Amino acid sequence: MTGLEKNIQALRERKAVVEKGGGEAAIEKQVAMGKLTARERILSLLDPHSFNEYDMFVKHAGHDFGMEKKDFPGDGVVTGTGTIFGAPVCIYAQDFTVAGGSLGLQHARKITKIMDHALKMKCPIIGINDSGGARIQEGVQALAGYGEIFYRNTIASGVIPQISLILGPCAGGAVYSPALTDFVFVVENISKMFITGPNVIKTVLGEDISMEDLGGARIHAEITGNAHFYAISEQECFDQIKRLVSFIPWNNTKKAKSIEPKEPSTLLNIGNIIPSDPKLPYDVRDVIKCIVDDSDFLEVQELWAANIVIGFGRMAGNTVGFVANQPMVLAGVLDCDSSDKAARFIRFCDSFNIPIITLEDMPGYLPGVDQEHAGVIRHGAKVLYAYSEATVPKITVILRKAYGGGYIAMNSRHLGADFMFAWPTAEIAVMGPEGAANIIFRKEIMEAEDQDAMRQQKVKEYIEKFANPYVAASKGFIDSVIEPTETRSLLLHALELSALKEEYRPAKKHGLPPF
Amino acid sequence: METKDVELVDFVVTARKYKTLLTNKYKNRPIWHKPCAGEVISNLPGTIVDIEVKKGQEVKEGDLLLILEAMKMLNRVVSPVSGIVEDIYVQKGDKISKDHLMIKIDPK
Repeated sequence: MTGLEKNIQALRERKAVVEKGGGEAAIEKQVAMGKLTARERILSLLDPHSFNEYDMFVKHAGHDFGMEKKDFPGDGVVTGTGTIFGAPVCIYAQDFTVAGGSLGLQHARKITKIMDHALKMKCPIIGINDSGGARIQEGVQALAGYGEIFYRNTIASGVIPQISLILGPCAGGAVYSPALTDFVFVVENISKMFITGPNVIKTVLGEDISMEDLGGARIHAEITGNAHFYAISEQECFDQIKRLVSFIPWNNTKKAKSIEPKEPSTLLNIGNIIPSDPKLPYDVRDVIKCIVDDSDFLEVQELWAANIVIGFGRMAGNTVGFVANQPMVLAGVLDCDSSDKAARFIRFCDSFNIPIITLEDMPGYLPGVDQEHAGVIRHGAKVLYAYSEATVPKITVILRKAYGGGYIAMNSRHLGADFMFAWPTAEIAVMGPEGAANIIFRKEIMEAEDQDAMRQQKVKEYIEKFANPYVAASKGFIDSVIEPTETRSLLLHALELSALKEEYRPAKKHGLPPF
Repeated sequence: METKDVELVDFVVTARKYKTLLTNKYKNRPIWHKPCAGEVISNLPGTIVDIEVKKGQEVKEGDLLLILEAMKMLNRVVSPVSGIVEDIYVQKGDKISKDHLMIKIDPK
């Protein structure tokens, strides 16, 4: 054996030790919990043979409590680079088999190094969280590590897409890195995310709650809105991420990669989706599927605030973001949660050069003391802010109801929409016909012998005169009233026309959205 | 989402009644009750360490009622109004949640 061969063999042996992570017993435990190991996760997510691992030989920085005698391979985190469908990404995965994936100084430094790399190379960063939390033996050094990660999440925000996977516990301060990123993925039975865990809650409050019920995947996907994608298995989660990555650009100076355009499925007929009775619901996702290439729509935050639908599709092969009121849930009203959901998505699209198509059918804001006291004013304002601030192409199609504040909020001409289309079923008015008639014709109704008959007559009059698209069209607030079957071709035309759109805002340090 | 199999409910938004589905979050939303001036409600979850007043006792606005240990602090809970202690709903050592009715004062 030559000297070089010996050196190579020694390298391979060193690597093999690190690649074993916490060793066989720990890996068995990980598998028993239904989880893949950190390296398996990275390899499942990235293109075959594309992973290049960094910092395999980094040693931990603990000097107290006997830690100096312990060895933690890779210090509990695997970092590196690779590709997904050819798109370069930086990635890290906490390794629960090594000291419970606990975060010490060097563990954090490996993460911040790969984050810095992603920001410099302008490619997406993907973080896989599976950690017991701060490494207590390293004390305040561990806290410093978290802070350095959060700082970079913030600096990278809006520059490179940031994706977080919660594939194990992610508790205490650690939750704030995913919360600062653009898309959070959770998996049933595996993800656990909370600030204070069940033990503390039991001690302080005497409330007995399982980790799953407190901060499991379903809770974050449906109740808190912290998660954007929910999967039943890790493999499904990886497939979701690959699909998402295919829809978004590498960074804020690029457009998402376009693919071969395909016509939507002919199974759905866009002319038949909306019921003739304006009080009856339908699934607005059917309308989206009639519009997008190949009827392929990637819904984001499907379970949370389902009264608004957001997600990505393609038009003529190029990525488009959709924001659509969902009459099927809560009649499609705007409320605190749906406003937050839409506003954040609009800002993501604007940051990453993705045109926004808004499909509008909303009766107004959700009435209720809980909504008012929860700050629906402040939350609802985020939608206005996000639409007004956005300079990407903004196109609206009013399908049916567009009343009052909702009409303004849902990307109206007045907030800078580039194209305003309305279907002939559109009802664009200051408020719903029943409410408006009650106010405008109060006197006539009160003085009538049969008040109900008079009210109904006045509502009918109002509907005929005002609950249509033509009043708004007569003021130029709507560019075209179109037939539903024309929607896709006119949207394609509008997108083509706005491909080179340039719009500028006054220079400022940053705006002050009503967070 | 299959529209045929689901049960739509009536839902009123500004005078018009729509057919739609409700979310779990909406169904479980808290119902608002008018707060009562003399009701002393916990702002934090914690443990009752000491009760400084007795039922029937006269108290002035700002008088110490009890000590609630919460978030590693001994928090002084004072009377929001002047009046008579009408009832005490907690005992020393009780662990209580947030928004728990602790004491009721009959205001004068």
